[in-house]
Amino acid sequence: MSVPTTLSDASLAEIDLELAKYPADRRQSAVMAALRIAQDEHGWLSKEIMERIAEYLDIPPIHVYEVATFYSMYEHKPVGKHKISVCTNVSCLLCGSGGVLDHLKDKLGIGPGETTSDGRVTIKEVECLGACGGAPMMQVDKDYHEFLTAEKIDKILEGLDG
Amino acid sequence: MATIEINGQTIEAEEGSMLIAAADKAGIYIPRFCYHDKLSIAANCRMCLVEVEKAPKPLPACATPVTDGMKVQTQSELARDAQKGTMEFLLINHPLDCPICDQGGECELQDLAVGYGRDASQYNEGKRVVMDKNLGPLISTDMTRCIQCTRCVRFGQELAGIMELGMAGRGEHSEIMTFMGHTVDSELSGNVIDLCPVGALTSKPFRFQCRSWEMQNHDGIAPHDTVGSNLEIQVMRDKVMRVLPAANEAINEVWLSDRDRFSYESLDSDQRLTTPRLKINGEWKSTDWQTALEHVAAKLKVINEEFGADSTGALVSPTATLEELNLLKKLMQGMGSSNIDYRLRQQDFRGNQPAPVLGSSIADFESASTVLLVDSNIRKEQPILGLRLRKAVLHGTQVHALNHVDYDFAFRTASTICLAPDAMLSELAILTQLIAGRTGSSVPDAVSKLANGTEASVEIVALANELIDAGENGHVVLGAQARMNPNYSVLTTLTSLISTMTGARLANLAEANSVAAWQVMGAALDDGKNTADMIAEPLKACLLFNIDPRHDLLAGDHALETLSETGMVVHIGNFHDEALDDCCHVQLPLAAFSETDGTHINCEGTVQSWTAAVNPLGDSRPGWKILRVLGNYLSLDGFDYNTIAEVRNEAVAALQPIDASRVNTEFTVDELPDNGLKRIYDLPLYHSDALVRRASALQGAADSKAAVVLHPDTLQAIGAEEGSSVKFSVGEQSVELTVSSSNIVPVQCVVIPSGVDGCSAIGAAASVEVAN
Ligand code: SF4
Ligand code: FES
Ligand code: FES
Repeated sequence: MSVPTTLSDASLAEIDLELAKYPADRRQSAVMAALRIAQDEHGWLSKEIMERIAEYLDIPPIHVYEVATFYSMYEHKPVGKHKISVCTNVSCLLCGSGGVLDHLKDKLGIGPGETTSDGRVTIKEVECLGACGGAPMMQVDKDYHEFLTAEKIDKILEGLDG
Repeated sequence: MATIEINGQTIEAEEGSMLIAAADKAGIYIPRFCYHDKLSIAANCRMCLVEVEKAPKPLPACATPVTDGMKVQTQSELARDAQKGTMEFLLINHPLDCPICDQGGECELQDLAVGYGRDASQYNEGKRVVMDKNLGPLISTDMTRCIQCTRCVRFGQELAGIMELGMAGRGEHSEIMTFMGHTVDSELSGNVIDLCPVGALTSKPFRFQCRSWEMQNHDGIAPHDTVGSNLEIQVMRDKVMRVLPAANEAINEVWLSDRDRFSYESLDSDQRLTTPRLKINGEWKSTDWQTALEHVAAKLKVINEEFGADSTGALVSPTATLEELNLLKKLMQGMGSSNIDYRLRQQDFRGNQPAPVLGSSIADFESASTVLLVDSNIRKEQPILGLRLRKAVLHGTQVHALNHVDYDFAFRTASTICLAPDAMLSELAILTQLIAGRTGSSVPDAVSKLANGTEASVEIVALANELIDAGENGHVVLGAQARMNPNYSVLTTLTSLISTMTGARLANLAEANSVAAWQVMGAALDDGKNTADMIAEPLKACLLFNIDPRHDLLAGDHALETLSETGMVVHIGNFHDEALDDCCHVQLPLAAFSETDGTHINCEGTVQSWTAAVNPLGDSRPGWKILRVLGNYLSLDGFDYNTIAEVRNEAVAALQPIDASRVNTEFTVDELPDNGLKRIYDLPLYHSDALVRRASALQGAADSKAAVVLHPDTLQAIGAEEGSSVKFSVGEQSVELTVSSSNIVPVQCVVIPSGVDGCSAIGAAASVEVAN
């Protein structure tokens, strides 16, 4: 896979929309949004992309990097087409997140931090996603799925496109 | 003011100030790691927890504002427990490798662990591993020792103005690092070594050299810039091991530039001169002082009798001490010559020239409301003043730059105008004319001629208005490049006119001990031959005082040619190299700044003296002693000093007052040739003097880069590209230089630095042609 180096005009326009929410001399406020927009475009954040964002927001690259490494939803390596984030924090752990991971491994043949060989799915282990009431839970791309069972997981996997 | 009680002691403290600051003022110590009185509050280490009455749990003293009636206990059971608990957590991941840690003995963590740590740890699990980072040649890292206090990060963000270090990751995985393995390139980077409370960031050149308790501290003054930063020179077995800042709020606060911090490395360079040497039949022979000085005196006498006093001259480095400058001038005067100069990188000596001073105190420099920088890259010329100015900008000072190159100042400028040399002169003239019009002052015809009826741009109009409004709160600053400019007198005249008309303070920032040199030499600078005269035509005898002509004189290689035709060249200096060996006849080893007593006068006029930290290396001798004995051998009057104090007192008493009104009103512009590329002068930070040029770690740092830079369009026009080698010629001379490309330079121009090998062939030339 080639390393993304630039942001499309559409992404920049979207970042501009975010920037409009903050005072003109506080461009750094849009850094999280900018990282999300960039990741939506390329799937992950390369060094070049983070430099580009730093340049666009007029902040030091290390500042972008601090934010990008603080939050687990930002990817620093290419990921599969679909990203499954399994919460393994305490509530989910007590309610059986271990079983969720095991089942995913059975089905997909991969564990946390790995991507299927066809590049379709990546599994991640994440901390509390704030849905403890529905534990065990996982996030698939942008959707939350709660009260997971083996059947539910199978359905979700079947429902994933290409 | 609020009245509070700490440990039963009643104290007055500013309402809203932080508890820890109030306690510090009252001399009550509260342990801390992340708090530093020059940095913002982070409150992330929790070491400063104290008990505050009516608060349910311990509060961090660094982030708890003082309120009236507050009762605080710093040593109660609750407070001690909290502090000890914090210490236990801090040590969980700390490697406890004090025996192999350079910080040992001067480590805040180690010190506090003695008071608040347990004798054994309850923690038996694995410690986290953090890879070391390569931050460049100056800072060494052992990142497992980091306690994440973020002092280093805040220093970059808040003071240096370039955030190079940051804290990546989160929680257990947080790490202090640069972006993707970049080095730390700030000219003030060494300060993070002092700030780091543990051994995570230590000095690379000092690594594993010795223990802090093995060294003695000596006070010193930094010799490189006009700030005169206060130093703590640390010595072991008569060798300078390390240099640290000494706090002086009025001058360098607690900071030190990397140039001042790491230049000591060259003190034992193998190019140091350690014995007096005479060139006999083209061969260098070491000799004793008496023989050498008698030889010099005898020769000088003969030359003086045969060719007259005017045939002898002296060129002295602005890094010389006040005492050395005074004696050298006295020596020349005694022989009947006024040919003495320290303005080595100046080529335009027309008219009266303003003194090389700041025009205000260093602290007051921060209080200007509007600053106009002319031909100045203040950050890379006078790092501590750059830091001060940046602080000012954060507090609302408007800085405008009228330069050739669009420098990265690490602060925001209100406006930046970057023009080619001739266009910039006209722009300054337009500004002057505009201010004259608006203040009802009259200016010489030369100004309007130079402005040439051009209409002022919007920025210039705004700048003129701002300077007029600022009045005495304005500050016009001439930088190092101005002095190298062939139209320096035009720049000084225009800036002093602006300053007179608006009331703005005027700064003319020069190198090292220039203020002392200017004050000592006084009228001799006008009466005798100046640097350019002495280089234009060979003298019969020339004294070089701590100068390496190729690099320290703007004339570069051309100066070497002149010197090789000079009857006798005597070099009194710290170092020698091939070029010097070729061009001089006598070499006298001079004690370096750490090996002699001396006096520095800084840009605000503060006179600071220091005493030698170590003995002179080998047979080298302090300059004042060399010159005293030479004076005696020349049978000159008034050279019978017993102590340096006598020399100093005499020198201080004789200092010419700084006359701020010493300005020109008339000038003529030296037209630049129309062909070729226009030269933009530059003096890279780590090429400024002989000591710095030999400091090995600094020479590996980013600021040692001395690039020949052209605008990409210009580069394309001459058929070259980034990194290619281009043949430049000036008259008969030509030299191949590697070029780089950047759009911070105007088109049709080329930045050619001074003080650098290769570029020295270009000399003082104001324009160069590209040979095919
Ligand atoms: S490296 Fe030193 S100064 Fe920087 S955060 Fe770690 S302990 Fe603090
Ligand atoms: S612990 Fe899993 S969502 Fe909170
Ligand atoms: S010094 Fe107060 S929390 Fe670090």
